[in-house]
Amino acid sequence: MDLFLTQLLNGLVYGVLLFLVSAGLALIFGLLGIVNLAHGSFFMLGGFVALSVTAATGSFWLAMLLAPIPVMALAGLIEVAFLRRLYARSQLDQVLLTFGLSFILTDVTETIWGKGLSSLQEPRGLREGVEILGNVFPAYRLALLAFGFICAFAIWLVLERTRAGSMVRAGVDDARTAMGIGLNVPALRTATFAIGGGLAALAGVVAGPLLGVFSGIDVEVLIPAFIVVAIGGLGSLRGALIGSLVIGFADTLGKAYIPGVSMFLIYFAMIGILLVRPHGLFGQDPSGG
Amino acid sequence: MTTATFFTKWPAARGFAFVAVLLPFVVLSPLALLSGYGLDVITEIMIFAIVAVSLNLILGYGGMVSFGHAAFFGLGAYATVLISTRYDVSPWLGLAGGVATATVAAVVIGAFCVRLGGVGFFMMSLAFAQLLNSGAIKWRPLTGGSDGVGGLLRPDLFGFDLADADVMYLFTAACLAGALLFMRMVIASPFGHVLVGTRESSLRMQAIGYQTRHIRLAAFALSGAIAGLSGGVYAFYNGFVSPDALSFGTSGMILLMVILGGKGSLLGPVLGAGLFLSVKNVVSTHTSHWLLIVGCIFVACVMVCPEGILGFAKKLSRSGERR
Repeated sequence: MDLFLTQLLNGLVYGVLLFLVSAGLALIFGLLGIVNLAHGSFFMLGGFVALSVTAATGSFWLAMLLAPIPVMALAGLIEVAFLRRLYARSQLDQVLLTFGLSFILTDVTETIWGKGLSSLQEPRGLREGVEILGNVFPAYRLALLAFGFICAFAIWLVLERTRAGSMVRAGVDDARTAMGIGLNVPALRTATFAIGGGLAALAGVVAGPLLGVFSGIDVEVLIPAFIVVAIGGLGSLRGALIGSLVIGFADTLGKAYIPGVSMFLIYFAMIGILLVRPHGLFGQDPSGG
Repeated sequence: MTTATFFTKWPAARGFAFVAVLLPFVVLSPLALLSGYGLDVITEIMIFAIVAVSLNLILGYGGMVSFGHAAFFGLGAYATVLISTRYDVSPWLGLAGGVATATVAAVVIGAFCVRLGGVGFFMMSLAFAQLLNSGAIKWRPLTGGSDGVGGLLRPDLFGFDLADADVMYLFTAACLAGALLFMRMVIASPFGHVLVGTRESSLRMQAIGYQTRHIRLAAFALSGAIAGLSGGVYAFYNGFVSPDALSFGTSGMILLMVILGGKGSLLGPVLGAGLFLSVKNVVSTHTSHWLLIVGCIFVACVMVCPEGILGFAKKLSRSGERR
């Protein structure tokens, strides 16, 4: 029972982290139509910047606050300098560009921080265990869980209940019409790409104490995040949430109970779901069918 | 009929004669000019040219953006090494097994992928390649895990030992030539035209009665088979294969070679593989920032000449004619 509860918590925590990454990925696909292969790099950069901030100030909280900012700026710059010119082009060009950018970012990261595996320390108050119903849970994971759901709620609130959010939704549904009624879609795209990048960076910071910070974590995060958006439906935030939880549980419980095949479980889940619903659980058929 | 009128009447024959005269020089000059290391580099380029040519069939002519072509390259290489070393049979049988394995895998994986278009195809091909990559890392007893498997010794061919760099070079050149001839045949065939049709408009092809899914699957399988051959030759060349051959990065490199040279042309991928690997060999001896350079090549290729070098050259010559 103990083990099961712990695994359940771990699955949820992993799911929440995946959501922070895949929410940005899904929104970016929805509004920009771009499959962003550099999204894992934003996650990785967040972790490395946080390492520097904690080294300088000793505060994890400050790192959480500050580290996403330069990454957001970088993402915004990338959108303005490169992606903006590619919207009219084929998916292939966009994929190649972001793939190339991920190489550049990996090289730059390794040049600045080295390759080495380093771990972020949890903030001081959250290093102990917390006892709930006779089971001891690590406080940091519980806090992370709460934080993740707060973020998910905040994203939902912004998208569904604010003016900016409804503009983004309009752009996702039909960018041409949105432009036609006077929305500044290019600016929305820049902002979405920057905020998506910032969310990934934030995930990279809070994942630091659990997964570590190292060069190569970009791909390790990118692939499951892709699987999440493929399962949930490209462009769908709700899909990203459900997909993250599915993959989080499948991966964690799989590793605990059926270690032999756990590595393949998430791929099987994706292939199975895409066979039944080619556009994912909550995705819409772009041809309108 | 004089030779001149023969050639004006049959422009294709002119191209053929050109190739027939030039080819021996092109093939033999590296043998005369280069030794050891240089020859190995060219051999490697030709191996990757084969896999790039195979990807070009589905990407350039079929319009299918695969981000998992390393799957078939890697499977071909793994099967070749494993069959030759574990079962103590001739590496030639291993190579045949490698091609067969890659072909079967391409039929199975293709059956899933060709159902989807656009991003779905991309995601599905990526997922399958990652699945195989995980498998190669996880299934240690068979694949040696992340260390890979080795111990393959290059075999003899008609009494010539492939362990000799010259012989290996000629063998690889023959494989590349074979792949190119085959590709030319496929593209010129009715099947090739139908394939291009599915790229241009799947809906119209369906309307005039073609089973576009079957056409796409057949192209995918052919492409996988040739990629498997390339993987098998790579196994001969290296004597060793690791999960890296199946990786995300390798798939991306193969894709870049095709785009860099020019997709949808016969020789573009060969040019792309040559350029990419030459730059890699020069750059990585001078600096450790190879990744940065690759990244910049990707970005420059997309921003400056998305039609590849051949496409760019064509555009230049066309605008030259206009003036």
